[in-house]
Order: sequence, then structure tokens, then C-alpha cells
Amino acid sequence: MPIEILMPALSPTMEEGTLAKWLVKEGDTVTSGDLLAEIETDKATMEFEAVDEGTIGKLLIVEGTEGVKVNTPIAVMLEEGESAEDIAKSGSDEAAEAEDAGSKGGSEEKTAESGTTSDKAPAKAKSKGDAKEEDDIPKPDQTPDWPDGTKMRTQTVREALRDAMAEEMRRDPNVYLMGEEVAEYQGAYKISQGLLDEFGGKRVIDTPITEHGFTGIAVGAAFGGLRPIVEFMTFNFAMQAIDQIVNSAAKTLYMSGGQMGAPMVFRGPNGAAARVGAQHSQDYAAWYAHIPGLKVVQPYSAADAKGLLKTAIRDPNPVIFLENEIMYGKSFDVPVLEDFTVPFGKAKIWREGSDVTIVSWGIGMTYTLEAADRLAEDGIEAEVIDLRTLRPIDYDTVLASVQKTNRCVTVEEGFPVASIGNHLSAVIMTRAFDYLDAPVLNCTGKDVPMPYAANLEKLALLNADEVVEAVHKVTYR
Amino acid sequence: MAARKSTKKSNVSAEELTKFYREMLLIRRFEEKAGQLYGMGLIGGFCHLYIGQEAVVVGIEAAAEEGDKRITSYRDHGHMLACGMDPAGVMAELTGRAGGYSAGKGGSMHMFSKEKNFYGGHGIVGAQVPLGTGLAFADKYLGNGRVSFAYFGDGASNQGQVYEAFNMAALWDLPVVFVIENNQYAMGTAQKRSTSTPDIYTRGKAFGIPGEPVDGMDVLAVKAAAQKAVAHCRAGKGPYILEIKTYRYRGHSMSDPAKYRTREEVQKMREERDAIEHVRQLILVGKHATEEDLKAIDKDIKDVVNKAAEFAKESPEPALEELWTDIYADAATA
Repeated sequence: MPIEILMPALSPTMEEGTLAKWLVKEGDTVTSGDLLAEIETDKATMEFEAVDEGTIGKLLIVEGTEGVKVNTPIAVMLEEGESAEDIAKSGSDEAAEAEDAGSKGGSEEKTAESGTTSDKAPAKAKSKGDAKEEDDIPKPDQTPDWPDGTKMRTQTVREALRDAMAEEMRRDPNVYLMGEEVAEYQGAYKISQGLLDEFGGKRVIDTPITEHGFTGIAVGAAFGGLRPIVEFMTFNFAMQAIDQIVNSAAKTLYMSGGQMGAPMVFRGPNGAAARVGAQHSQDYAAWYAHIPGLKVVQPYSAADAKGLLKTAIRDPNPVIFLENEIMYGKSFDVPVLEDFTVPFGKAKIWREGSDVTIVSWGIGMTYTLEAADRLAEDGIEAEVIDLRTLRPIDYDTVLASVQKTNRCVTVEEGFPVASIGNHLSAVIMTRAFDYLDAPVLNCTGKDVPMPYAANLEKLALLNADEVVEAVHKVTYR
Repeated sequence: MAARKSTKKSNVSAEELTKFYREMLLIRRFEEKAGQLYGMGLIGGFCHLYIGQEAVVVGIEAAAEEGDKRITSYRDHGHMLACGMDPAGVMAELTGRAGGYSAGKGGSMHMFSKEKNFYGGHGIVGAQVPLGTGLAFADKYLGNGRVSFAYFGDGASNQGQVYEAFNMAALWDLPVVFVIENNQYAMGTAQKRSTSTPDIYTRGKAFGIPGEPVDGMDVLAVKAAAQKAVAHCRAGKGPYILEIKTYRYRGHSMSDPAKYRTREEVQKMREERDAIEHVRQLILVGKHATEEDLKAIDKDIKDVVNKAAEFAKESPEPALEELWTDIYADAATA
């Protein structure tokens, strides 16, 4: 059977082109790789090569023809033992076939086809976190994190994080910690204190100052079967490594059709500390929460730091675990349990109230709880929700609360544009519009690089006054 | 081009030469077919063909053992075929179908096979180098005696993260072979216009990593060098660099008009240094097989490739529900 040579698409967007010049003539013998023609696309003139071996039987399009559609037959090639007469014989059939093939493979039709198919996407095929779910009755899970009567002890967030890592490293020999100064220095912020002594240099590894490189190595190690914990001295430095976090760690499970992914934790202090200036003070919660494939955790209390970090280490996905330098030394009650974990996607109600819902997480909770105390003195009872995880987000607990209070304020340290608060506002507007008695207000850090001067830094940061003021606005009192 | 011809031809068996011929020809015919399907609009987006570089992966794979791992860039079709992945599954991924290795969700540049220890297929230039070093880190940690091959091009060799990986690989004696496929052009930029050193492997010296240049148009030379590198890694001596001087006949991607080099340059490489023709001559001159034997192989390969193409056309597009799967691994099943 003679082989038809079709007008090729030479770029992802090409639909037609000019057959500028034939580089072969009828009767020429060609092998794969030989140049057949020059074709002009909208961008460039390209050379077109033969794929099959044979003799050029007939040139169907004369050179210089413009607007030749992709997949139009432009020549016919004869295989060994065939002659030009074979073209004539099967010509009429083939022309019909070619037309048929052309309309099937044409890029225009293809686009149209995929357009319709996406319209037909079944309503069921939606992600769990999709804000547009029809079912609008929130079903919050507010079972207690530990049983009544559990013995408690006071611990700092620092100690809780260390205990979480130590417990998980005892549990699974493939869990290891790597980062700058995590071993001999005992951690830049002393989170890994004592781990080198207990687990040795094979599992507690000092890296050179090379975030991009060691993050890539850790992602590769996760592909290879380990469970790395990567400590960033601060998440500000993780921007050097964000390509490996987003493009390699977060997307590989999807790109591999579920064959392999990166079960690992990226952790370290995030957000502002004190007087460290613009390059060391950014909150990355919204950045990472934007990425499908990542899970994002930002604990406030020591108990949550411990329970969530243990869950993060066991999770088969890449988890961003955002800590805060100011919080490391703060003490909280932590349950004394053999194996205490906190599930992702379950918010914690710190204080119940009926007048307004305040949603926060991480260090934002410090300002929120202080504001709630002060508001109570004014007779305003705030319901305070700590999201704890930002991917997944416990929308149900937030929505159920807003349906009760009809007002909501969000509190976070990050920049205001495209903040988590913006996202929550949209979800509340979409799913609880009829319940709102006031616009949702977002308390955030200011829209400026963090200044160094003490007075300006204070202005740039969020504080409890701003939360109180926002609540007064939405409660109109 | 370092024209270091293999000197050990007499030690090569007919069986091995024929195997090399078959494997390299499979890659070339597969890629030609992929180019054709791209032209027909059946493959979308970017498609980077490996034609001309076949001897690199085939020679390296000849030194690999069961369980060794490999990772490369987006010019990855040859690597997948050479490590034994099914041509039909690879082609169906190129056409974005359910039967593809990533169920149609990865495409030409992002394909993986856990079964064959192929860790991708990465679209960010150079990112696979720390990742491949990490595979070796895991192997060393687990003490399993495996070696990883991290392939990258002359273009990627100017990425900073490559040298971050070199440093740690050497510091921690990781069993990784860095395979630099120097095809002389980073997209359209010739090596001499982008790279301060003519021999990229020499950059390893700064980190204490041994390396050598290899004639990438001679599959026997590649295999010999790879065996040496693998032995070094398996002996626990740390990483090794092979700079394989090769040449890509086709454009960077399908939409490359190739104005940065002359047609004569390409034609000269094809006529004088073609890796497949080289093996073909060794077989015929050494009377290891007849023309007829080779024709039979050609026909076999053509059948395999045609079947792959048919499968890739007939396999259905992924089910619409697949949009929402594989975003997260399920904690319960992990």
C-alpha cells in the first residue's frame, strides 16, 4: 500500500502552513531522516523529514501553496515493489479515507471535542475541598483531641516538636532529619536538641548551606523510599528550594499517575520574628496553601505542634509544616499519651461564642485570643476557631460557626493580597451568603516589606487592637 | 568531539552487538514514529526527540544491574525504552491516553515507572540532578548496593543546583553516576556560547569527583566507561561523572527551525558518526550476522513501533474522573 505523507503540525499551535519548497522530486528514493520539504509556519521555516523508506510516487501539493491544512496529504510514497500505478488503483478509496482521517485528526475539531467533554464532566468528580459543593449543610467534627481525664504536662512548643520527631524516628527507621545545623549545633533554634545523640549521624544530618540542592536530594530520597524531614532554618530560605518543593515534591504523584510521590515533611520557622527585616520575616502560608499536592500545617499550641507533626511525618504526601520562632518558647498543656496525633483538616474551637466567628491559626491565634478576652469584657462573645491546617481546610467548622454568629473576621500574619483570609471570605460568601449580617473582614500583615525600625515593624505587624476593631465593625457595636 | 573509538571490539559477542543494534534501532524508529504522530496532531505540547543520541542510554544501561535507578530530563523517551519500559505504554502517554505510563496525566516530559526504577521524566532543567543524587542517598541509607544514574545535558550543566548536588554527592560518597549527555546545544545555544569550559566533566575536579569524556557515538565506548563508573560507585567510592559527547539530529523540540547550526553539520554527523550505522558495520564486517538477519530485526522493530502507535491511537482518553485522582496519596493505603 502506498503511504500518504501528510502535512505535519510543526508546533503545538500550528493549524496550517505554506509548503514553501520540495526538496525531493517524484521518483527519488528516500530513507527515514531525509529532508522532504521546507514548510513555513507562522513562526519559522522548518524542514520536514521522511519517517518511512521508499520512493516518492507523487507530489500532491505544488510548492508555494499557502494555507495547507495540517493532515492534508501532500505526497504519496511507494514502498519496495510498488509503482506509481498503485496510486491510481487505490487512489479513489484513499482520498475518501484521507478526508475522513483529516476531519478526525484536525486540531480544530480536537479542541471542540475536548471542550464538550469537559462540559460533560460529572458533578461528582469534584475535590473534597471544593467550595462549590451543592450540599451546604456543614458537618463539623468536633470530637475532643484527647479523652477526658487524660493526664497533662506543661511543655514548650520547642519540646513538643522535638518529642514528635524523636517518637516518629523511633517508630520508623526510614524517617531521618536533614538541614542546616540540625545535628552538632543541635538546631539553629534548638528544635533538634538531643536527636543526634539518640539517632546518630546517619539519621540526623547536617547539610551545607545549599537549600535548593539538599531539598532536591531529600525529594529524591523520598522517591527512593525514605521519609525525610527537611528543616529549613527559616522558610524564608526555602524560596531557594521552592521549585523542588512545588514542581518535584507536590506534582510527581499526579504526573506519575499515582505510581510514586514524595512522603516527607518540610518544616521550620515561618513569618516574622523580631527586628530581622524584610528578607527574614515573611509568612508563606498562602503561597504553599495554593498548591494542590501539598498539605500545609500551621500549629499554634504545643499539643497541636506535637500531634500534627507526628501526623505529618506519617502522611504519605509532602507536608509543609510552618512553625514560628516567637512561639517556640511558649508553654502549653500537652496530653501525656503513648501515641498522640491530631488529624489534618480538623479545626479546633478554642472558645465558644455567639456574636462573631474569628478564624485564625499559628501565631495569629495569639492576637485572636487576646482580642477575644478584651471583647468579652465589652460583652461581645467571640467564637475562636484555630484552623490548624490550611490544606486541607476544615470549612465545615467555620461555616457552622458563621451560620450561628452571622459574622466573621479572619486573622493572619501574611500579606493581604491573595491571603488565606481572602479565600475564606470567598468560601463563606459562596456557601453561607444568606447567613451573613456583615462583610467578612480580613486582618493581615500590612502590604509592605517588613521594615527594620522598631516603630515601623510594630506598625507593619498585626496586633490584637486591629482584631478588636474589626470585630466592632462587623458587629456594629 | 572526542573520537575515542572502542578498542575492544574483538571481545564483543555477536549476541551483544545485535542487542545494541536492536535497542538503538527501537529508539530511533520509535522517535521517528513519535515525530510523525506529532505531525498528525496526535501528540500535543512539547516533544523532544532523542534521535542521534541512542548510543548513550543503550551503552549506560548495558552496565546497569537489576534494581539500579535512573532519572533524566524531558528528552526521556530513549531512556524509558532502554530500561525496558513497554513502547506501547510510552507512546500512549505521548498521545495522552489512559493506557500511558502516567495514565495520560504526565505526557512526554513527565513519565515514570516504579517497576523499572525509572524516576522520570523531569521538565525543569537540572532539577533531576539533586533528585537523582537523592535516589542514591536513599540507596546508601538503605545499604542495598544499588547505583543511580542521573542524566542531564550540557545545558543543565550550567544550573547551580547541579553543583550543589555534586558537592553533597562527593561529601557523602553517594553511589550516583552523573551522565552528562553533551549534545553540544542547549536548545539553540552552542556549548561554546554558553559554557566556560570545553570539557564539562572537568568541573567535577573542584568537588573531588572523578570523570572522563566518552565518545557517545560509540556504544561500546559508552558501555566500557559506564562499567568503570558503576564499579567505582558500587565499591563505595562515591560519585563518578561521564561526559558523553553526542549529537542530536533533530531540533530541540518539534517546533525548532534549527537556524543555529548548518544542515551540513547535521548531515556530516549522520553520515560519518551515526551510532547505529557504526554497530551495523561492526556486525557485518565481523560477520556476526547477515544483511538478512538485520533486515529481520528491522522488520521486528517496525512491527513493535507500529503496534505501539496503534495502541497509542486506540487507547481511550483518561476518564474524566481522573482529573481528581492522584493529587494526594491516601494515608490509609500508604
